[in-house]
Amino acid sequence: MKFTSRVWKFADNINTDLILPNVAFYLTPEEQLEYVFRANRPGWVELVQPGDILIGGKNFGMGSSRPAARNLKNLGLACLVADSINGLFYRNCVNFAFPAMDCSGVEDLFEEGDTAEIDFDSGSIRNVSTGKTTSGRKIPPQLLAIVDAGGIFSLLEKEGAIAPKS
Amino acid sequence: MGMTIVEKILASKGGRDVVRPGDIVTVEVDTTILFDNNFMPANWRDIVKVRDPERIVVVLDHRVPAPNAMAAAAHVTARAFAAKFGIKRVHDVGYDQGISHQLVADLGYGIPGTVLVCSDSHTCSAGVFNCLARGVGGPDVFYSAIKGETWFRCGETVRYQLTGKLPRAVTTKDAFLQIAGKHGAHATMNVEYGGPGIAGLSINARKTLTTMSAELSAEFATFEPDEVLIDWVRRRSRREFEPVYPDSDARYLDVREVDLGALEPLVAYPDTVVQNSKPVREAAGVKIDQAYIGSCANGTLDDLELAAQVVSGRRVASGVRFLVVPASQLVYREALKSGAMEKLVDAGAVIGPPTCGACGGGHMGVIGPGEVCITATTRNFKGRMGDPSSKVYMGSPATVAASALTGYITDPREFLN
Ligand code: SF4
Repeated sequence: MKFTSRVWKFADNINTDLILPNVAFYLTPEEQLEYVFRANRPGWVELVQPGDILIGGKNFGMGSSRPAARNLKNLGLACLVADSINGLFYRNCVNFAFPAMDCSGVEDLFEEGDTAEIDFDSGSIRNVSTGKTTSGRKIPPQLLAIVDAGGIFSLLEKEGAIAPKS
Repeated sequence: MGMTIVEKILASKGGRDVVRPGDIVTVEVDTTILFDNNFMPANWRDIVKVRDPERIVVVLDHRVPAPNAMAAAAHVTARAFAAKFGIKRVHDVGYDQGISHQLVADLGYGIPGTVLVCSDSHTCSAGVFNCLARGVGGPDVFYSAIKGETWFRCGETVRYQLTGKLPRAVTTKDAFLQIAGKHGAHATMNVEYGGPGIAGLSINARKTLTTMSAELSAEFATFEPDEVLIDWVRRRSRREFEPVYPDSDARYLDVREVDLGALEPLVAYPDTVVQNSKPVREAAGVKIDQAYIGSCANGTLDDLELAAQVVSGRRVASGVRFLVVPASQLVYREALKSGAMEKLVDAGAVIGPPTCGACGGGHMGVIGPGEVCITATTRNFKGRMGDPSSKVYMGSPATVAASALTGYITDPREFLN
């Protein structure tokens, strides 16, 4: 799993209320996308291109367990690399098959708009614009298997434990 | 080398002799709680089979009674799910209504040494019962309900050694704000509370600490067991259990003492909980529009009685909306019997039915543009309780009640001597 694309940078302590505010709970997953980062970065969703990469600071995804990772995936983002990823948010990234990796100090490697190359198999992270590299904490094999399978719902669906999405 | 409480339960539930930080462990899940958000159309997937209906609890709490047709539809889905699998522990609008984390305490669902999951981040609340409880993702609870197991990554543990006795008008919410203010986030770490100071704390008071540990971004929060805890569980559950004590040579990332006797009322300033606490006296004078007491952190009988004591015989300031939401119908009934409700209502409080309500910005007390709320709930993120331009300060129920009386953020010691 390897991605190369433009970088969007976010600060420390990005919480899930910012990614999926309560007002959007009643909407379909597609409609919810309009509300992503509306409180802290209005207009951003219009600028994101499929395949773009998020670079975050410390404790990315802190807060509630709402399916905020699903929104990042549905926006078309390729993956997330953050200085540290909140434990609960990390579970949701795995569960919704949104590749995510912790990498201490990653925010110092990139400026917004740089091009990043992220290799989830080796854990290597490269700033294509500057040539600088570092490496992150790889996803453990058990969890990578869930991501590869398309997330928990795909897994359960294949087993016949949940009904296919109507 | 010994193990901490979290490591020991992970080992016993994962069928291993030893668990160390960094290990990924698959464990048996004793209790899976599904709540109304899981049944919302955007989140729900029709479950074909479950592992064991006896291990599942269904709770309608975030949006009850239903504020709109879509919430009502989620409730319809929830009831049908419970009926389909013959789930007995169903908490609908009515006698046993309440916020899931409060019901876990009221009804003895939190059992020492067991594993409990729910896709609400404050599930760590149940850690007060010396069990492994944490918020997981929505898909995780489907998986646990269907398979009866889940995975956890074991983190390092920080131990908070509580000593001393809380001064008057100071609560464990202030103790939490002290910890969060000083030590910040505990991402990827567990927290374990213990020490001689816990003897003087009720289960309700302790539960505020484990519940609020979600705001530390902790993985698991637990309490060392004692007689108070064992007695609480025995009186509410017939299940056999083995309390889990940390090994004397357990390895902690850090052991930090908190002297409860040295604390004063604190408040978290708007937009973030961690590293944002100040003494209430420094915030004194900030004008408020709303004061809110409730949630899984501060909607217990202790909290309502403390607030009642502050407002007893007094009147809420004009222009201030004082909302009080007991965390469960059981708490509500107890507060009626104890007289706390009467004092609150006489002072001008509006009592809401047990629900998450405005704590999560869902309904019943949501705040508008530019408004200021002081709250005894769990979170003060930007836009959490309503409009993104509103401001939420967070303090103890005593601080919130005192502020409701004056219309400005107020040190509760002015009213409790
Ligand atoms: S009361 Fe608030 S913090 Fe607790 S479960 Fe409900 S919304 Fe979450």
